[in-house]
Amino acid sequence: MVLGTLTAFAALTYFKKWKWLWKEWITSLDPKKIGIMYALVAGLMLIRGGVDAGMMRTQQILSTGDSQGILSSDHFQQVFSAHGTIMIFFVAMGFVFAVMNLIIPLQIGARDVAFPFLNSVSFWLFVAGMMLMNVSLVIGEFSPAGWLAYPPLSGIEYSPGVGVDYWIWALQIAGIGSLLSGVNFLVTIIKMRAPGMTLMKMPIFVWSCLGSLILIIFAFPILTATLALLALDRTLGMHFFTSDFGGNPMMYVNLIWAWGHPEVYILVLPAFGIFSEVVATFSGKRLFGYKSMVWAIAAITFLSFTVWLHHFFTMGAGANVNAFFGIMTMIIAIPTGVKVFNWLFTMYRGRVRFTTPMLWFMGFVTTFTIGGVTGVLMSVPAIDFQVHNSLFLVAHFHNMIIGGVVFGIFAGLTYWWPKFTGFKLNETLGKCAFWCWLIGFLLAFMPLYALGFMGATRRLDHYDASLGWQPLFIVAGVGVATIGLGIAFQLLQLGYSIWKRNENRVTGDPWDGRTLEWSTTSPPPYYNFAAIPAVTERDAFWEMKQNKELKEQKAEDIWLPKNSGFGVIIASFAFIGGFAVVWHIWWLAIIGLFGVLVSLIIRLSQDETEYLVPASEVSAFEAKQRRQTT
Amino acid sequence: MGRKSKLFTLVFITAILAAVILLFMYRSHFTVLNPEGTIADQQRDLLFFASLLSLIVVIPVYFLVFFIAIKYRAGNKKAKYSPNWDHNHKLEFIWWSIPIIIIIVLSVVTWKSSHDLDPYKPLASDTKPITIQAVALEWKWLFIYPEQNIATVNYVEFPEKTPVNFQITADAPMNSFWIPKLGGQVYAMAGMQTKLHLSANKEGVYDGSSANISGEGFAGMRFKARSSSKANFKAWVDEIQHSPNKLTAVEYEKLAKQSKNNPQAFYASYEPGLYDTIINKYMTPKADTKKPEESGSGHEMMEGMDHGAM
Repeated sequence: MVLGTLTAFAALTYFKKWKWLWKEWITSLDPKKIGIMYALVAGLMLIRGGVDAGMMRTQQILSTGDSQGILSSDHFQQVFSAHGTIMIFFVAMGFVFAVMNLIIPLQIGARDVAFPFLNSVSFWLFVAGMMLMNVSLVIGEFSPAGWLAYPPLSGIEYSPGVGVDYWIWALQIAGIGSLLSGVNFLVTIIKMRAPGMTLMKMPIFVWSCLGSLILIIFAFPILTATLALLALDRTLGMHFFTSDFGGNPMMYVNLIWAWGHPEVYILVLPAFGIFSEVVATFSGKRLFGYKSMVWAIAAITFLSFTVWLHHFFTMGAGANVNAFFGIMTMIIAIPTGVKVFNWLFTMYRGRVRFTTPMLWFMGFVTTFTIGGVTGVLMSVPAIDFQVHNSLFLVAHFHNMIIGGVVFGIFAGLTYWWPKFTGFKLNETLGKCAFWCWLIGFLLAFMPLYALGFMGATRRLDHYDASLGWQPLFIVAGVGVATIGLGIAFQLLQLGYSIWKRNENRVTGDPWDGRTLEWSTTSPPPYYNFAAIPAVTERDAFWEMKQNKELKEQKAEDIWLPKNSGFGVIIASFAFIGGFAVVWHIWWLAIIGLFGVLVSLIIRLSQDETEYLVPASEVSAFEAKQRRQTT
Repeated sequence: MGRKSKLFTLVFITAILAAVILLFMYRSHFTVLNPEGTIADQQRDLLFFASLLSLIVVIPVYFLVFFIAIKYRAGNKKAKYSPNWDHNHKLEFIWWSIPIIIIIVLSVVTWKSSHDLDPYKPLASDTKPITIQAVALEWKWLFIYPEQNIATVNYVEFPEKTPVNFQITADAPMNSFWIPKLGGQVYAMAGMQTKLHLSANKEGVYDGSSANISGEGFAGMRFKARSSSKANFKAWVDEIQHSPNKLTAVEYEKLAKQSKNNPQAFYASYEPGLYDTIINKYMTPKADTKKPEESGSGHEMMEGMDHGAM
């Protein structure tokens, strides 16, 4: 990790690319570029989280009977805490924001997001959180208290080291970035849709993001407050969540899941949206039951706030409370089930092309169904008592997050790749990657369901040989290795496709798309649309193609935001502040805080933050683009 | 079907068969599915019932996935193609209502079972129940028998076919008390008491553990639970009562210190009111050191905090 960073720095200096990087990427306010950077960071973190997973499985294969495996208990616990934290906050969230940045403006026929500068701040705060988390690898240690760090274990009494502080501040910084993004994109969707695009004519992906963004806005403040209280407990010796002095750890468990459960839907709703787009496009058919889909999204959005207690039926809440939350949880299965049927009937009487994105969808339906069933099982409190905190639970949520979120993201990235690069990804390597992931997933997590039934709890760094768990752990380990092979294929696919990019050049519309993003050139011009399209129908671009309405657009004067370095500067100060608080270096923390405030004030007092692209320049650029792509 | 897909189907079926055979060979290890306690029995039955119920949706989904994918593949030009067919109220009504009906059925079952199998509910039985207090320590389980006036560590014994009323607390971070063969788990938390009612159907020795991470030695927080005949239980209690070890307050302080993979231990008696003392000590401000309120100003506390590793 350190070596990689150093190599990257050396290469940049050697090729004198610093200036280019600063001008074209770091200071860019273009959501397309920010989206690509999100995907890049998330991809790197996927590899780090994957290595953590490999270490955990290796430990659990080896550490039975007299053998203690390769990691100490403390190290093993840091590894699984890091794995969960990274995968949720820096991989899944990163990819979701990547796709939102890339697609939402284009799909609603907008040139930008509502607050371009805020978008840059969000992204760099996300990076600052990621950096802070990774600094813990080198300086100090990471939290050993699990990815949600329940007190009192995460309190100062039982975890006196800096690990939990790193966890708190990495998430705090990244979480504020997420909240700001939530506001930003919600306003974008509400205010910046192309004329004629009423809510019920929005692409379903935008609807799913709308649900997700509403959840972000309501849920992330809970996370921020909860982490702040835990930080007060740890740093200033307060007693919100301690066992003594009237503190109440159960309060923390409630609060963290009041954020944590909506978080699951924050991740999975956009993935549902991606699948809806992919299935409609590759079936050459309108999405079946659009209105049902919208209502299903709305129902899931609302219900996701009414189920948090199902994460701790075992805390002794009593039969009435448990039964209520169990039933609310089951109810979520209804709209989700409806969505599955609607996707299947979108394929029905279509012409289904089994490209890589479509394979990811098939992988999703077949695995997600299993996860849905196990989810319903665990929503019955009486059953949950027997599988809670076991590997059955671990298998269930990986089933939902890999089968749902990760497969969805991969479908989306493959589907929209040509949109932003102008060439397709290699299909053969993509399919190899898919099969490795699918088979690897089944091998890695089906044994965990079985292990759960054998009474294997999660997070064990050692177990008795007599329990007979080892063979299943070995199968699971083979599964993780297979997934690793899948990631290797994906890297190979990226490299090979970029190398051979001229063989897969595409025009604006490589998949016979249906929504507005395909109506501009690929890659899209920096202003997205020469003229803002007028929308009359749901699948706007498909209708235009059907009605042969694709006439030359008349270019107009366009105002775009100027680049700004303040996003990265503010985030750097936030990083410094976070690091300082972790180590109790108070003067540095004050510098960090003031740095954030002062840079914010300077930025806000700037007047000319936009520049004009005259119509003539737009026309010239359009003509050049068209020559290149045809 | 082409050769490739035939090969694929063959591999797929072989894999499933292999998995089934493997699981069958391992069936005795599936503690949750082979319960030996009245509660675990019912929980297992409920698990099977809910699984079967969900098959009503799962089977059609799998059938449709493969049927539609094969029939409407792009290569099959004979299949009907209607690109604008995007809604059908009858169909949508069907797949809104079937899941709703299933969930209604399951909701009723959930409501009933949540009350019937509430871990706090005492079990109905003709036999007089036995009370055992379980305390999660770092990182071992202490069991206190208030009626027999004995205490044990990482080993708990009780008579078969007798309701066991577990009272659970912790003098440690949150743990979860779980004996899979007998029934579901409940959290163990400091400063408060949770309850769990279990009963073993027959004699046997079962594995128990903590299901919630509580620090470095948590993986070693395993204990054995033995259900024995009434006569054997009496003999066992008698034997412990005559053993030399006593769990005095001093001895408890030693025991409560962190230790990994603690061996089993048996005590002929314990400090009177030990269990209540453990709970109540979190109710009042602790007299020990390191607490900021006692150690003066906030600044001093910062310096006093050990942050290691720096």
